Amino acid sequence: MELIFALAVGILTTSGVWLLLRPRTFQVIIGLSLLSYAVNLFIFGMGRLRVGAPPVLETTEAIDPALFTDPLPQALVLTAIVISFAMTALFLVVLLASRGLTGTDHVDGREDVR
Amino acid sequence: MTGMLDHLIIMPILLPLVSGAVMLLLDERRRTLKAGIGIVTTVTLLIVSIILLRQADMPLAGTGGSAVKVYQLGNWPAPFGIVLVLDRLSALMLVLTSVLGIASLLYALARWHRAGPRFHTIFQLQLMGLNGAFLTGDLFNLFVFFEVLLAASYGLVLHGGGVMRVRAGLTYIAINLTGSFLFLIGASLAYGATGTLNMADLARRVPTLASSDATMFAASAAVLGTAFLLKAGAWPLNFWLPTTYAAASAPSAAMFAIMSKLGVYVILRLWTLIFGTEASSLAGFGGEWLLFGGMLTIVFGTAGILASQSLTRLAGCSVLVSSGTLIAAIGTGSGAVIGSALFYLVSSTLGISALFLLVELVERLRDPGADVLAVTMEAYGEGDEDYPEDEVGVAIPATVALLGGSFIACTLLLAGLPPLAGFIGKFGMMAAMLKMDGPAVQPSTWILIGLLTASGLATVIAMTRTGISSFWARMDDSVPRVRVIEMAPVLCLLLLCLGLTVAGGPAMRYMEATTQALQTPQDYVTGVLSAPRAGSREGGSGP
Repeated sequence: MELIFALAVGILTTSGVWLLLRPRTFQVIIGLSLLSYAVNLFIFGMGRLRVGAPPVLETTEAIDPALFTDPLPQALVLTAIVISFAMTALFLVVLLASRGLTGTDHVDGREDVR
Repeated sequence: MTGMLDHLIIMPILLPLVSGAVMLLLDERRRTLKAGIGIVTTVTLLIVSIILLRQADMPLAGTGGSAVKVYQLGNWPAPFGIVLVLDRLSALMLVLTSVLGIASLLYALARWHRAGPRFHTIFQLQLMGLNGAFLTGDLFNLFVFFEVLLAASYGLVLHGGGVMRVRAGLTYIAINLTGSFLFLIGASLAYGATGTLNMADLARRVPTLASSDATMFAASAAVLGTAFLLKAGAWPLNFWLPTTYAAASAPSAAMFAIMSKLGVYVILRLWTLIFGTEASSLAGFGGEWLLFGGMLTIVFGTAGILASQSLTRLAGCSVLVSSGTLIAAIGTGSGAVIGSALFYLVSSTLGISALFLLVELVERLRDPGADVLAVTMEAYGEGDEDYPEDEVGVAIPATVALLGGSFIACTLLLAGLPPLAGFIGKFGMMAAMLKMDGPAVQPSTWILIGLLTASGLATVIAMTRTGISSFWARMDDSVPRVRVIEMAPVLCLLLLCLGLTVAGGPAMRYMEATTQALQTPQDYVTGVLSAPRAGSREGGSGP
């Protein structure tokens, strides 16, 4: 599972960085989205991967922390997802404004002159 | 001390949040009401920050150490709960933020707040994000407040609209989103290595890390450092900065002057806290990167200043020089240098802010077709004949003399010439640098001193050149209309700098006390981690 997880993060990051460096604004926004998925998975992984363990502590019995998965990274991921979602939406608006004002979807606001 | 004063720490975050939210409910046409709420909030913020500064400056009884005030949100003790931490450094930054806030807001009231929707709300949220980032005591909330202030700053960059702003905003947003991802990666790596995100707890745990975890933490520190250096505008992560700051409207740019200082603040806070202790195997980690990165930033900024055609770009490049100077000063790791650097931070932030506000007024002296003015007019979508400033024409007397005098004051401040405060900071840094290596001064220190001098010279040359073309070589003798409310913030900021010179002694003492506290991170750590829970005396046992 660690291998699949690592590969997923790696592939998402690679594709994200590549798209981020492309000249079209739409590619940039998709690249940023992929990067945010990669980062969210990465945060999740930093709490160590566990299968089949609940994240929330029960208060009824004596607690053995080894039986539970770390809940904190999940809370962090949730926050990060919300924030990156909002930022992507905002970026989308700017992207559309730029398309409307400059008449091109190039990130520099003008086409390359060759 | 109990009661209301204990809750004062959270006011710099709550006040702008509430007033921003309230203004969101008000109709966009009720500008006077909104302006009133905005002014009242920022003035209250200033008063609160000054009270907090006085609280932070009170020496701890007996020990002579510094008081660290801790506010536990949700009343859970650190490191489990979220805490706000107030010490001298954060109190200083809070005061600086609210001063800039008042100046920018007053200036914006002349006409900029009418140039687009929701200006006042966005402005208050920007203040909230800044204050929160200065107060927070853990890494993840720092990220959240960074995002709040960045989201607001996207709005402020785009405020007024126009092709140039949207184009600069696009780059700005993309760069900062990428920076935020780096921040998240670094923060989660730090959590993976140490199991905590609380800054004080990090400082306690890092020296005891096993070697494999220490390597992981070093990686996390490097990634985090990259993210903060990007915000601070260190070379080579700063090509976006002059363009964005030049494109932003004058009050927004004046507010942004402190945003690059936020990156410097975080580096100073975390670096001294975590890598400052001698016990750690990672002590002094990355110091050379900061030193040489800062020096390269000064070189880049100086070249930019000399090459700038427009005044706004020149102001943007002085932000780089100022950031570079501060980063290099932190990189030296010497307490005396950092103390003077803090003084320089205050004076250069005020000076740059004043310059950003002044630039727009000076540009009015030039040909109406001048670059920045053209953008401004484009933002309004109207031509010369009904230019908005004409509607309330309280022009002030001796406009050109006032503008010219302020321009000279800005030049002196940024170049670090006497008699203004810029000189004290720069001179203090140089004097401390000559002493810090012992009798034989290192070559890198000589280079840094040379760069500081050269950047000052370049600033004088570039500002003189622009000053001559703006004030002396004007084509026509028409006097531009400048309103009192536009000139007053500039003069206030410059007068504050003059005050810093006059009260140089107490100010410098405060900075030295701040540095001393930064160099003894144990006080901070024990202050945060052993803070008692509120109301614990009657409850006793917690949940």
